Amino acid sequence: MERIPILKMGQFLLVTIQVDMHDQLAITLQDDLTNRIANERSRGVLLDISALDVVDSFIGRMIANISSMARVLDAQTVVVGMQPAVAITLVELGLPLEGVHTALNVEKGMALLRRQLAAGAT
Amino acid sequence: MKSSTRLAGVIKNHEKELLVDWIKEQLAANTLRGDLLKESELREQSRAFLAAVQGAVQKGGTEDIAGPAWADVKQLLAEISRARALAGFSPSETATFVLSLKQPLFSRMTAELKSNAAELGEELWSITLLLDKLGLLTVELYLKSRESVIERQQTELLELSTPVVELWDDIVALPLVGTLDSNRTQIVMETLLQKIVQTGASIAIIDITGVPTVDTLVAQHLLKTVAATRLMGADCIISGIRPQIAQTIVHLGVNLGEVTTKASLADAFQVALKRTGATIGKAKPEAAESA
Repeated sequence: MERIPILKMGQFLLVTIQVDMHDQLAITLQDDLTNRIANERSRGVLLDISALDVVDSFIGRMIANISSMARVLDAQTVVVGMQPAVAITLVELGLPLEGVHTALNVEKGMALLRRQLAAGAT
Repeated sequence: MKSSTRLAGVIKNHEKELLVDWIKEQLAANTLRGDLLKESELREQSRAFLAAVQGAVQKGGTEDIAGPAWADVKQLLAEISRARALAGFSPSETATFVLSLKQPLFSRMTAELKSNAAELGEELWSITLLLDKLGLLTVELYLKSRESVIERQQTELLELSTPVVELWDDIVALPLVGTLDSNRTQIVMETLLQKIVQTGASIAIIDITGVPTVDTLVAQHLLKTVAATRLMGADCIISGIRPQIAQTIVHLGVNLGEVTTKASLADAFQVALKRTGATIGKAKPEAAESA
């Protein structure tokens, strides 16, 4: 079965979505990701959606859900690389993803995660 | 003899005289804009049009100008009215081109059918119908070209009115001037987000000093833009809120929530600099002298 790879980078997990998201894939990703966070004791998740150029309300909600689930497992989620068209669509759908951290690219997202982790540790 | 054949015959036999009369008619009419159209051009257009009409009448008759026989005539008319619309002719000035052909054609036809009043009446009627139809078509085509000009100008205006400027490393600003409607907000949002992707900016300042009124709809549009910017991973600051507008926003019960707002662009710029960790200061006088 088709899966989205989850890469471990130190304390963080990197998920890069490079295929068209369909609903089953999204559900599988939620399962895999929560398992990995629990097993690896990760503190942060970078969700790179720069290759995603079509979203619907389901995918939008899934992104919000992943972030909430990660927070329950004590990991911060940063969504990076959202395309302008995707951002506009999500806003028009009424899904502004309140409470989800965002960054322009992976580099900035990683910096943001590190900052948050440092702030949380002190 | 069939009416269309006779008309075609008349045009063919008297083409030269008709053309001379027609051009004289057009030149005499005060609706011809000598300043916008050269006489040689007018002659060429008239000649081509008369020849095309003659061919079309011969092939397709006068009743049905929607038929394929009239395609050439219509094509020619379209070119002429487009050129005149762009040159600045008025609709009636453009339509006169076709309608002024009536007089010369009528006199030719009268000379031809002097003895037969009944047939003459019929001929004149069919010519009138035909030229009226062509005249209306000219006006329609003229309006169409005008509309396309207006449409193009509108899109150009929309693009021109939303410049995104880079203020500093990581900081872009979008000065908004004029009323914000849904259409414009869409373009504003797209250009701003595109620019953020291009420059990798982490802070966007939307300056609404030039927006005359802010109602609930405009506020909602602004909030949408802010939300979309945040989704891209950049922060948004709204600046240039005049006291009046601040009052309106509160009276309307609009909740700007967690959006950072500043009274002036300068204040917003300072906040942005602080967040990116950059500083601007005045050079010390001594340092400036020694340097």
